[in-house]
Amino acid sequence: MGNRRDFIKKGSLVAASTVLGLEIVFSNNLPKGMSPIILDEGDFYTLFNKDKDMVILNDRPWNAEAQAHILDDEITPASKMFVRNNGIIPKNIDVNNWKLTIDGESVESPRTFTLSDLKKFPKSSYRLTLECGGNGRSEFDPPAKGNQWSIGAVSCATWSGLRLGDLLTEVGVNDDAVYIGYYGADTHLSGSADKNPISRGVPISKAMLDETLIAYEMNGEDIPIAHGYPLRLVAGGWPASASGKWLTKLVVRNKVHDGAKMGGQSYRVPCESVDPGTKVEDEQMCIIESMPVKSLITYPKSGAMITLDRRLAIRGHAWAGELSIKQVEYSIDFGATWLSCELKSAHNRLAWQRWSANIKFPKKGYYEVWARATDGQGTMQPMVLPGWNPKGYLNNACHRIAVKVS
Amino acid sequence: MDDKNFLLLIRKIFIVTLLLSLVAIGLFSSTCYYYLDPQLTILQPKNQEEPIEDINLIKDGIHVSTGLIANEGVMLVVQNCTSCHSSKMITQNRATKEGWRSMIKWMQQTQNLWDLGANEEKIIDYLAANYPPQKKGRRAILKNIEWYELD
Repeated sequence: MGNRRDFIKKGSLVAASTVLGLEIVFSNNLPKGMSPIILDEGDFYTLFNKDKDMVILNDRPWNAEAQAHILDDEITPASKMFVRNNGIIPKNIDVNNWKLTIDGESVESPRTFTLSDLKKFPKSSYRLTLECGGNGRSEFDPPAKGNQWSIGAVSCATWSGLRLGDLLTEVGVNDDAVYIGYYGADTHLSGSADKNPISRGVPISKAMLDETLIAYEMNGEDIPIAHGYPLRLVAGGWPASASGKWLTKLVVRNKVHDGAKMGGQSYRVPCESVDPGTKVEDEQMCIIESMPVKSLITYPKSGAMITLDRRLAIRGHAWAGELSIKQVEYSIDFGATWLSCELKSAHNRLAWQRWSANIKFPKKGYYEVWARATDGQGTMQPMVLPGWNPKGYLNNACHRIAVKVS
Repeated sequence: MDDKNFLLLIRKIFIVTLLLSLVAIGLFSSTCYYYLDPQLTILQPKNQEEPIEDINLIKDGIHVSTGLIANEGVMLVVQNCTSCHSSKMITQNRATKEGWRSMIKWMQQTQNLWDLGANEEKIIDYLAANYPPQKKGRRAILKNIEWYELD
């Protein structure tokens, strides 16, 4: 079924097969596990059915981000969702034999589940904000190494599946459990079979939250291949790297998980702030947990020209990791004065919140419209870059667009 | 006469049926082929041997197949870096010699990058000379704005 889905998503093939009524014939003839599409080379946009305004940062592994103006949907469609891969997308996914193993030193006894076993658990759906820890990295000075994300490595889609907490309760977790770690079916760039591209996780307290899912659907459909088909751990509000794709194994640990990109400098910031450019020892780097308060102006697209007699409607999203958003304001005078936006409550915890405003410009000229969100604890986005860190994480500086009034 | 007309009719029907089935077989097999080979490689020019030469092609100061700046040391970078990851990983980053050295060290410690031997310094020289850090300040001005009339 999964292979056929991937197959059918190839637009023009749908037309051909529908017209000729050959769809079923072909899916039956396809050898089991055969995927005729090579996913680590070719045209990104057609391979993964992505919007033409997505920007590719890297093609091995695939990394691509959205631009602010294509993120205007309240629920991010798959075509506009950023892709951050650390390894090579698994080939020959066989959903009938896909297994999820729960193991680790703090599990009562290891267990293995098939996809249909997992689908017997109660199903939950949440809109969950997933933002790459390195979103905004491109602005840091001195520059930080890695993919140079600007602002588009964020999404809020509807994820559905079982609660990780339900699964852990079913398997039985020892009292000494502190962390869960994931393993996926993606392979290391070097081709080495004994290396994981990435194996991160979350503390047991985050794992047990209602919204932490083992998802098998995104926006009501199978999860797209680039986003973890057929199974993904989804821990909204945390760096998206905590949400492991192509999930095959979860380990319940009696210490902080030590998988690939948990240690060293990965997804960590200095425990104590440092002056820009400082080399920080690994022991002085702390794991990023909840993401900071942030917002985006998703309408209009930067560069709008309007006449003085018109008001400008603006809107966007705001989110704050585990917290909610209390207020969003905008400024048209580089932060000298701020006006309040209308703010909607979240669809559910960990979903981004919609905000909007209607601007009357006082006179002709060049303007920048800046948006600034405040989280439930009163913390605001900075207008300048936040504290420098070696890997360029957590840039939550205000977003702005350019407007000309004539 | 009637028999002759009848035979002619049969013949016409036969020819039409034959033609229709030929069309159907043609459509069916081309669709089959399209499923198995969506890139339609059979239609692409046969002179596919050319790209082998293209690996060294340099145009307007750029190494074409990777997009790297074609200065001294570029082929060492092509050979040692882009066999594992995309050249985009290089061209989107900026760093000093120390910065590039630490990236290489990280790749050697965690990503199976081999010992670069005497080429290491040459590679670092190339990277630091062609992809050096640029001052961005605490917040840059907005650049590359595409102006448009808002309806």
